[in-house]
Amino acid sequence: MSNFKELTKGIIKENPTLVTLLGMCPTLAVTVSASNAIGMGVATTFVLLGSNIVISLLKNVIPKAVRLPSYIVIIAGFVTAIELLLKAYIPSLHSALGIFLPLITVNCIILGRAEVFASKNKLLPSICDAIGMGIGFTLALFIMGSIRELFGAGQWFGFQVIPEAVPPMSVFIMPAGGFFVLGCVIAAVNKLANRKPPQEMGCSGCPNAKNCSKANCGEKSEGGNA
Amino acid sequence: MKELIVLMISAILVDNIVLSQFNGICPFLGVSKKVKNAIGMGIAVIFVMVCATAVTFPVYKFLLVPMEVEYLKTIAFILIIALFVQLVEIALKKVLPPLYKALGVYLPLITTNCAVLGVTITNIDEEYGFITSLTNALGTGLAFTLALLLFSGVRTRIEHADIPETFKGVPATLIAASIVSISFMGFSGL
Repeated sequence: MSNFKELTKGIIKENPTLVTLLGMCPTLAVTVSASNAIGMGVATTFVLLGSNIVISLLKNVIPKAVRLPSYIVIIAGFVTAIELLLKAYIPSLHSALGIFLPLITVNCIILGRAEVFASKNKLLPSICDAIGMGIGFTLALFIMGSIRELFGAGQWFGFQVIPEAVPPMSVFIMPAGGFFVLGCVIAAVNKLANRKPPQEMGCSGCPNAKNCSKANCGEKSEGGNA
Repeated sequence: MKELIVLMISAILVDNIVLSQFNGICPFLGVSKKVKNAIGMGIAVIFVMVCATAVTFPVYKFLLVPMEVEYLKTIAFILIIALFVQLVEIALKKVLPPLYKALGVYLPLITTNCAVLGVTITNIDEEYGFITSLTNALGTGLAFTLALLLFSGVRTRIEHADIPETFKGVPATLIAASIVSISFMGFSGL
């Protein structure tokens, strides 16, 4: 039962993108179309699942002092694997995601889950946590991608939805549209969930939260998403 | 020389790393609350970006390529960056304590800044030469600083604006970022 809770918490209650605000770069960059968004979501879920499994199994072996570099190496290993797999089997997705595929390595969601969850929990909960967070991330990306593709290109998964006679608002698939749509989606989610929007960027899941608080995230996260 | 200047300008204005390529969004939104912090973070990023490029480029050319393990570049580069950030932190602490005091808090944040890893990988993917890579890294660092600086100025204004309750906080910040990003779209014709 508790494993089921670990699975579902990532989807809505602690959605990594819309609630804890982690992994912003891929969220904004690859969501120009719904299919890219799903591809990125699945690739990230694969890496998250792999790294959570390995880190959870190795949690007693990795010395505390070098844990972050160790996690990064494990994550980078899985990223390289998915990069080679995509290049071999889905080259179109590989070229669409471009630089953001290797950059999954520094996606805060993965390092964050490794530090916060997998390094402290047993194998099965870690797997559930990874799948839940992965689904939550994919879902958020899918929503963003659908909105941007629908308004920006009049299409959905490449099919024409809005008649071609209506000129698409191409600003939506431009960088500016990414920021705009994400802002609106976060606001809408908060309205639906009936809670105050996060005041600042989340630092709770960030592995650097401790260092960061010395800079200026600390003063924000207090008032932020508790 | 001319190509280098063009590359530099396009990295700063046309293909701004934050506002049109979406690298380094976390520090862009996280550390842009005060102008002072934005400058500190920007300088630290420029410094690490240029130095990381200077290290990763020879490693790729003289270590990974001869051994035919180019696919390991993601692992190798992130390790180099993490190691390098640690070294810089230790060195600055010993050699230049005042500089460490100013930049020290930003250094650990840079390991997970995807802009740094992004630049080193882009330099390899685009098959730039050594000098071109360094120029690109410098331009990208300046671009990051410019975006951060501009945005921190905008944010100090939002603080006092009257916005709907649902949009207060992060949503308003993101929409402000969207407007800053639109202003950079004007450069895309250059």
